[in-house]
Amino acid sequence: MTAVFAHAMPLAGLAGGLMIGLASAIMLLVDGRIAGVSGLAARVAGVGMSSAPYAVAAAFILGLPLGSLIVATWRGQVVACFPGSSLLIVAGGLAVGFGTQMGAGCTSGHGVCGMSRLSVRSIAATLTFMGAGVATVAVMRCFGVVW
Amino acid sequence: MVNPQTVVALVAGTLFGAGLAISGMADPERVRAFLDVAGHWDPTLAFVMGGALIPMVVAWWIKRKLTKPLVAPLFDLPGTSRLDMKLFGGAAIFGFGWGIVGLCPGPAIADLAIHPRPALLFVGAMFGGMLLYRGCRMAIPYLTALRVAAETETQ
Repeated sequence: MTAVFAHAMPLAGLAGGLMIGLASAIMLLVDGRIAGVSGLAARVAGVGMSSAPYAVAAAFILGLPLGSLIVATWRGQVVACFPGSSLLIVAGGLAVGFGTQMGAGCTSGHGVCGMSRLSVRSIAATLTFMGAGVATVAVMRCFGVVW
Repeated sequence: MVNPQTVVALVAGTLFGAGLAISGMADPERVRAFLDVAGHWDPTLAFVMGGALIPMVVAWWIKRKLTKPLVAPLFDLPGTSRLDMKLFGGAAIFGFGWGIVGLCPGPAIADLAIHPRPALLFVGAMFGGMLLYRGCRMAIPYLTALRVAAETETQ
C-alpha cells in the first residue's frame, strides 16, 4: 500500500507550503497586496492590468528564481523534469499565459491568497483550473500522450 | 533611495521561490502527478497548498484589525464575489495548459534559474499568451465598432 505514494513528499511539501504562505502573508500585511504571480509577472512584462508599482512587481518576480537558486546551491540540485517536446512546452505556456490573464489569477493569487480569504471567485477559479488540469492529463493519457 | 516596499517584495519573492523549490513544486512532473488521478497519483501538492493556506488564513484575520498595511499607504486588493464566464473560461484555459506541462507561473519563473532552457521556452510562450489575451481584449471593441459601421452603411 505504501508503494502507491512512494514518491510523495508530505513533510517537504508542508514546509515549502508554509514558506509560500508566509511570503504571501508578508506581501499582504506589509505591502498591502496579493502575491499573485501571474498578475505581477504580467505587470513586469508590460502586458498586465495590475496596479502594483513596477519596482515592487519586478522585485517579487526577481525573487522567485533567486529563491530556487539559493535552494539549489544549498542542496546541490533541485529536481525538475520537463516534457521533452518543445511543442508541448510552448502550447502549455501559451494557454497558461492567456488563461491566467483572462481568469485574473493562478495558483498563487486564486489558490493561496483568494481561497484563504474565502473569496467565492477564487474558490470557483481554483476548482475550475484543477478540474481542467485533471481532465487534460486524463485525456492525454487516453490518447497515449505521456512525457 | 530604494522604496521599502520593493525590498519587502524581493524578500517575499525569494522566500516564495525557495518554498517552491523545497516543496517539489518546481518539478513539473511532480505537479502533473497530482493531476494524474488515474495514474501514479502524488498528493504532495495538497500538502503544499494546505501549508500555504495556514499562514494566509492567519494573515487575513490580522488584516481585518489593520487600517493600513505596515509599510504601504493602503491595501490594494481585488474584489471577491463576481462570477462570470471570463473567470471560468480563463481558469479552464489555464488549467488546460497546467495539465499539459505541469507548470503554473510561479514555478515556471523560479525554474529560470535552475533549468533555464525549458523554463525560458515556457515563460516566453506564457508572456506570448498574456500578450495574445490583451490583443483580443483590445480587438473586441474595435471589431464591434467595425461591424456597427458596416451595418450602418448597409442601412
